[in-house]
Amino acid sequence: MQSRTGKGDFLMKTRAMKFVKRLLAAALFAPVVAMAAGAALHLDKAPVSTDPAALQNGAKVFINYCLNCHSASFVRYNRLKDIGLSEDLIKDNLLFTADKIGEQMKIGMTRANGKAWFGAAPPDLTLVARARSSEFGSGADWLYTYLRQFYRDPSRPTGWNNKVFENVGMPHVLWELQGDQVANVEEKDDGHGGKHKEVSLELKKPGVQSAAEYDKTVADLVSFLVWMGEPMAESRKNIGTFVLIFLAGLFVLSYLLKKNFWKDIH
Amino acid sequence: MSVEEKMDSGRRQLLLATSVAGGAAAAATAVPFVASLTPSERAKAAGAPVEADVSKLAPGEMMTVEWQGKPVWILRRTEEMLATLKPLDDQLADPASEKSIQPEYAKNEARSIKPEFLVTIGICTHLGCSPSQKFKIGAESGLGDAWPGGFLCPCHGSTFDLAARVYAGKPAPTNLEIPPHKYLADTKILIGDDGTA
Amino acid sequence: MTTKSQALLNWVDERFPLTSTWKAHLSEYYAPKNFNFWYFFGSLALMVLVIQIVTGIFLVMHYKPDASLNASGVPVAFAAVEYIMRDVPGGWLIRYMHSTGASAFFVVVYMHMFRGMLYGSYRKPRELIWLFGVGIFLALMAEAFMGYLLPWGQMSFWGAQVIVNLFSAIPLIGPDLALVIRGDFVVSDATLNRFFSFHVIAVPLVLIGLVLAHIVALHEVGSNNPDGVEIKKKKDANGIPLDGIPFHPYYTVKDIVGVVGFLFVFSAVLFFAPEGGGYFLEYNNFLPADPLVTPPHIAPVWYFTPFYSLLRAVTYPLFGLDAKFWGVIAMGAGVVIFAFLPWLDRSPVKSIRYKGPIFKTALVLFVIVFFILGYLGVQPPDNGGIKDRTTQICSVLYFAFFLLMPFYSKMDKCKAEPERVTS
Repeated sequence: MQSRTGKGDFLMKTRAMKFVKRLLAAALFAPVVAMAAGAALHLDKAPVSTDPAALQNGAKVFINYCLNCHSASFVRYNRLKDIGLSEDLIKDNLLFTADKIGEQMKIGMTRANGKAWFGAAPPDLTLVARARSSEFGSGADWLYTYLRQFYRDPSRPTGWNNKVFENVGMPHVLWELQGDQVANVEEKDDGHGGKHKEVSLELKKPGVQSAAEYDKTVADLVSFLVWMGEPMAESRKNIGTFVLIFLAGLFVLSYLLKKNFWKDIH
Repeated sequence: MSVEEKMDSGRRQLLLATSVAGGAAAAATAVPFVASLTPSERAKAAGAPVEADVSKLAPGEMMTVEWQGKPVWILRRTEEMLATLKPLDDQLADPASEKSIQPEYAKNEARSIKPEFLVTIGICTHLGCSPSQKFKIGAESGLGDAWPGGFLCPCHGSTFDLAARVYAGKPAPTNLEIPPHKYLADTKILIGDDGTA
Repeated sequence: MTTKSQALLNWVDERFPLTSTWKAHLSEYYAPKNFNFWYFFGSLALMVLVIQIVTGIFLVMHYKPDASLNASGVPVAFAAVEYIMRDVPGGWLIRYMHSTGASAFFVVVYMHMFRGMLYGSYRKPRELIWLFGVGIFLALMAEAFMGYLLPWGQMSFWGAQVIVNLFSAIPLIGPDLALVIRGDFVVSDATLNRFFSFHVIAVPLVLIGLVLAHIVALHEVGSNNPDGVEIKKKKDANGIPLDGIPFHPYYTVKDIVGVVGFLFVFSAVLFFAPEGGGYFLEYNNFLPADPLVTPPHIAPVWYFTPFYSLLRAVTYPLFGLDAKFWGVIAMGAGVVIFAFLPWLDRSPVKSIRYKGPIFKTALVLFVIVFFILGYLGVQPPDNGGIKDRTTQICSVLYFAFFLLMPFYSKMDKCKAEPERVTS
């Protein structure tokens, strides 16, 4: 009995450890927690584009910077033809993680490795633009703000923190492009007699791209993520317009027919 | 009192117009439903062209690769095997492959791009079984003394020669299908894509 | 009609009641001639049912109810939905029809129920029609709830988790009951599989049976109308109600207008806002189910929120039983209480047109309360703050509308019903 209890304790401990780790991971990957606590997110409006050139640039950025750790496991490479890329171009320049153009954008890193390396497996990004929508703005707005608000934070294991996604597990992979931002914290009156911290970001060391260029890069990437979340969105709207026009016509016809029949009823 | 009696021309026209428009709407609605029954992108990706390396294939031997979930045979024929083809013409159902399915470049005596390599889909044109190899010749094959080598479908007994041509009087209507294919290199064959589509 | 087709029809009629059924339910079913806008929603509900069944049949061809993880670490069921959305030709359209259809079903059914309350359609002799209707509503809620688990997203999972745990509040049998529903200690693959089975075959069968009973009962007693007068009381020499017109062609052509109008709105949502602002497809449901992480704010889909608010309104234990139990009772009662309307309404008239000011006020108030409860149901609770208090007040008003009806409907000053329908 004694030994069993001891073993039980040990198990309990490891379970508790696991649980704490999971909680931490959950906190890392659930910035919406902040929203539940009442803090409103201020998101910049993302200039989402459906222009093929922007989407193609976004695809390039995505494949070069994101697809190493994040998969997009519902998207087939040949779907990129929808944004105007040719089959040969995809095969020669973009097909890093698969052999065939019909395959999906998967990654070599297993979820277990991801968990071990980053504290939580980097999420699949296929649907990120849809999942990140909230009352504070669209998923695109969230991504656009998030990807532009990384700042240096030596207290974090990665050396990076984020204003939108506090204590994020991901390092700033686009830092070469954006440069280093630092956070200046200011105490301000919140208007109810209390004080609240206001974090403002300052570009300390410029990156390869100017601020405007970097915004454009992120906008293109976000546009691509939005496209990826629902690749048929454009054709959906096109078909929809046609359907509504047709139904409007059918409505007039059916109304006239009804009137014609009902003229007998007094 | 019946509606038909009171049918004026305006009503008739409206009924017709509404029915036609409604019918068109119903037909258009059916499109996505019918489309959903066709092979998906996943099925198409799984059916993508496959490469076969035939450099290690010995003369007289056959290998099988999978394309669109179907067995594709690659038979490396010897001179003797090729020599059996011509004399068989009058025993076959479709010796010149007039009724059979094959790309234009395989519509010849040996039914292949290079006579040495036969590339064919190993599915009987009768009811879809996969025939078995009967490369032994004569009585040893169990198919009679005159058997020159070929294939036998185990389901209904159709026999095929070494160019996958069906013998006359057998249930299979046509020769085995030759898939689109091309040579990427001397000993590398791409099955499922011949660069024409 | 040619003699040959007449002969064929006779041949069939001798063996099957084709012509007589057609006459009884369409060409010689006499409906009041004064149906208004509210009377579209019955046929529309039938239409949405057909949309859901047809799209459902095609979705089942591609969907897999499997909670295990695929090679990419995504649950198979979740991946199957994205497979339908991306890889199946036309799949996205069929899926959006089904997901939009679910919300449309409740819009239409709520309007249909409200019509019944406006014009007293539940009153004698239509009590059974109403009871079948409440049965349909219950089956529909079960159908929607179980269907919502199938995409196996975060909201699917945690929604099911919360609702199944409601059953555990029932004294004595509760915990075992919840276990039997789930088939596991948590919502799991076993739960997903049985919900799939119920969603695609068991509940739809019940639903179709109830819809048939609803219509048969309706055609037995005849339709009510906005004046709430019985058209069968005044008949002509041939026994045809003076205020009745054959359902076909008059109401078939009229309902077609309604159907096209409905399809216009339906398509507008489907093609331009299939997420319905996060209410038809919840954003968190684009994340695969994760049994280890609860989304910070769980709200049911919009059509359940009024009843969900009733659940949350109860925060006091009573008679030695948990508040949780009474919450469940409140929620269940909030739905089932509709079944008692035929006996709660003691007004001498059926239609709101002739009812007095008290009933009119009560109904308006009820609608407002229903909307407020619906709104609060999607809001996070605020720990006894203004929202929670409002929820409680509205819940009391909700039940008061029903429970006090025998009194206020009797004492109300009603106008006299007309002899014949007005136009």
